Order: sequence, then structure tokens, then C-alpha cells
Amino acid sequence: MVSDVKQDQASKPMPMEGLLNFCARIGRTILLFLQATGRLSLFISESISHVFRPPFFPKLILRQFMDIGYYSLPVVGMTALFTGMVLALQSYTGFSRFNAESAIAGVVVLSVTRELSPVLAGLMVAGRVGAAIAAEIGTMRVTEQIDALVTLSVNPFKYLIAPRVIAGTLMLPILVLIGDIIGVYGGYIVSIHKLGFNPSSYLTQTWDILENMDIISGLVKAAAFGFIVSLMGCYHGFNSQRGAQGVGAATTNAVVSSSILILIFNYILTQVFFS
Amino acid sequence: MTDITPKLELKDVKKSFGTKKVLQGVNLKINPGKSLVIIGGSGTGKSVALKCILGLLHPDSGSILIDGQESVGISPPERDQVMRKFGMLFQGAALFDSMRVWENVAFGLIQGRGIDRRTAYDTALDKLHSVGLDESVAQLYPAELSGGMQKRVGLARAIAADPEIIFFDEPTTGLDPIMADVINNLIVKSVKQLGATTLSITHDLASARKIADEVAMIYQGQIIWQGPVSSLDHSGNEYVDQFIHGRAEGPITDEIKARA
Repeated sequence: MVSDVKQDQASKPMPMEGLLNFCARIGRTILLFLQATGRLSLFISESISHVFRPPFFPKLILRQFMDIGYYSLPVVGMTALFTGMVLALQSYTGFSRFNAESAIAGVVVLSVTRELSPVLAGLMVAGRVGAAIAAEIGTMRVTEQIDALVTLSVNPFKYLIAPRVIAGTLMLPILVLIGDIIGVYGGYIVSIHKLGFNPSSYLTQTWDILENMDIISGLVKAAAFGFIVSLMGCYHGFNSQRGAQGVGAATTNAVVSSSILILIFNYILTQVFFS
Repeated sequence: MTDITPKLELKDVKKSFGTKKVLQGVNLKINPGKSLVIIGGSGTGKSVALKCILGLLHPDSGSILIDGQESVGISPPERDQVMRKFGMLFQGAALFDSMRVWENVAFGLIQGRGIDRRTAYDTALDKLHSVGLDESVAQLYPAELSGGMQKRVGLARAIAADPEIIFFDEPTTGLDPIMADVINNLIVKSVKQLGATTLSITHDLASARKIADEVAMIYQGQIIWQGPVSSLDHSGNEYVDQFIHGRAEGPITDEIKARA
């Protein structure tokens, strides 16, 4: 279709024609967008309804807990550790100019718990877990394993998607909580051993500035990101096109769309919590 | 003929994807215990017809009757009940690669019907025996099996729950002629044992002749000929003749050329 339009434009350079083609293209894009939105909404509502309706598959959910939660620990832990460390180092270079070194503990703990731990963990998990989910379910789609599930009277939403969405939504907050602790500890290590701060006053400053809401908002964000990552992985895998290329595209789309959505929803949730 | 309720009946089933009309009014009838094979070239709508019957795709119009009961547009629980009558052997076997062979065969029993694992294991072994595989294979993963063995496991899985209607999607594609014949024999044998009605789609005529009671030819989204397998060679239909003799010249290619 697109190539037809291009050819038309090349052969008939009439201004009206060009304008009409331009409008047609906009219209088509909007229709495609609406179609995709509709399909996604149906997919989401179907997924959520199966999360809450029995029968459940506890064994499968447990396995996803391991895959999504436990095996992501090293990645999330390393990310949090080095983020906390670099945060202390960078804020020191800035704050020491104004003799405001005492603010470093606060900057580290607030940045880590409110923003960096949930967002970076979300992005890392999107790359690790979202891609894996999309590739796995996409391959199952392409090799007709999903059709096979249906013919064996097993609902793929219940069997494949619900366990992943449940595990993603519940595991990411736990990962982020661990990331919070490791991230703050990373800042602590650098401040104490490299910048020569007093350990007890650093910890007091950290505790003084930290409020429950900082942690809670981060965990709520994490749950939302976990939901986004697992759902986008499932969605793109489930609608994968045929062949190796189809699965590859599904994987890419899953990672890209969940990363973007994480950043968008991070802004929205921050607005909700702190304004 | 008229007083028997057909096991499976398609009435004017239509399905299009975008502007592409794949099924343009398919009419088909299979009587209980009979084996119908649909033949036809690639892209003529064989697989789509099958997926419509299975409920994997929703036809745009027309009706699909199973035991005289409408199955288009039924509720999910009713669909579940209908699915229990079905068994399906997929083209690429479609085995679950994260599970062992016996778990694949027993999957429908354990997850779909809630039978306990021990009983399901015994049934799975029985079914594996009936397709010529033994206990040592049961513990392997599908990736460790050859194509022919995967097909056999797929067949065992399809018949595991003693279905009333079994569907075969290109059962012999991708197999060597000897293994293809082994699979054909297994299909005939297991269908006889179950007394099941079967619907197969294939473009392998040797396979069609072996497993079919009746043959139907699909062309451009419609059934253009249906008759007993014995009359396949003198159908009097030019399209069928071209197809079964595999000639490059004939009405089918003429129309393709005319459209291009």
C-alpha cells in the first residue's frame, strides 16, 4: 500500500493529489493506531480477568517467581550498587563547592528509593525478563504450541500469561526493596571509604530525611513496572508474526515498548505521589 | 444418508483476512466414524478451515455444526465442552518443549481434565506404546527426538483423551516416505481402535489414499469436489485431475496465470 502511494506521488505531481495522499496516510496511521490500542486493551482486560479467576497454576507461578524474581537479583543488585556509589561520588563533586557535603546522604537515599531503584530495576528487568517472555511465548505461537494448548482444553491466558503477570507484579517490588538497600549501601561505602565521612552521622542523616512515602512510592512504581514488563512481553510474544524474524521483532518490541512505558508511567506516578 | 446426524458439518463458512477472502463458502459433511481428507494446494484455505472448526479462528459467517450443535459464537465454557471431543495432530507436532514426552502426552489429561498424574502417566505410556514408542522415550524432551518420533508423540497426545473427532494437519509433511507410511498406518490403526471420526488436510496423495474414506478438494476457498476415495482417479473434475497427477499445466495454473 505504502509503495503504491509513493508511486502515485512520483508519477502525478499534482498538488491536490499529493495532499489527498498525505491525508490518506495520516488516516491510515490513525486507524492502525486505534486498532492496536483496541487489541491491547482487550488483551489487558482478558489477562487481568484470568489473574483473578480460578483455576490457578501455583507451580507455574512459583517457577515464574524464580525466573523473574530470583534470577534477576544479581542484575538488579549490581545496578543498584553502582548507581548508589556513583551518585555519592557525583553529588560530592557538586556539593563540595557549596560546602553542602552533609546533603549527600539525603540525595543518595531519596534518589535511590524514589526514582533510580525502581526505574533502573524496571529497565533491567525489561531487558532480561521482558525479552525472555516475548521470545518464549513468541516461539510457542510460531510453533503452534499455543494452538495446541487450546486444543487440549487449556486456556493460554490462564496457563501462560496469568502466571507471568502475577510474578512480574509481585516480584519487582521485592527486587526494588532489595535494590533500595544495596543502593543506599553503595552510597555509604563511597562516602565513608573514599570521601572520608563519619559513618554514624551519615547514617543519621540518611534516616532523618527518609520517609515511609519515599519507599512506598518506589514500591508502587515497581509493581506497575513489573506489570508493564510482563504484560508487554506476553502481548508481543502472543501476537508474534511467523518465523525467526517475527519472534525477533516481538522481542525487540517488547523491550522497547516496556522501557518507554516505564519512563512514561514513572513520570505519571511521580506526579500522583509528590505533587 | 439423510437421517444420520453428521458428526461435523460446515455450512457456507466464510473467512477473510483484510481484503483477502480465504474461505468463500465452504460446505462439508462428515458422518460418524468416517475419515475425510481435504486435499488442495498451498494457500487454498485448508489450514484456515481447520482452525475455524477448532475455534482458533472465528469465521465471518456460516455455521459449523458438531453433532448437530452449532459451535460458532458459543460461550467459552461451551467451547470447552466441544474441545473435549477433539484431538489434533499439528503439522510440526507442536510439542511443548519445556516438558518431557510423557508430560506432553498426559498434558490434556492432567491440566484439561484434572486427572491425577499417576493415572495420567499410565495412560500416556499406553498411548506411547500404541504408537510404537517405549518407556525410555517417555522421559526424554521433545528436542531430543527425530521428526518422525515427534510426530508419533504428537499422535499419542492427540489420541490421549480418546477424542471423538481427530484432526490431522499435514501428518506426513517433512517425513521420509517410509516414516510417512508408518505414520499413516498408525493413524489408520489408532482411529480404528477409537472408532473416531477424522478430518485431515494434506497435499500428500499417498497419505490421502491410505487414510481417507472420502476425499474433498478445496480450491480458492471452496470445496469443488467431494467423493469416496475410490473415485478419486475418475472424478471427472479437471481440477482434481490436475492436482492428483501433479501436472504443471491445467485449469488451476491457467487461472493463476490469468490472474497474474
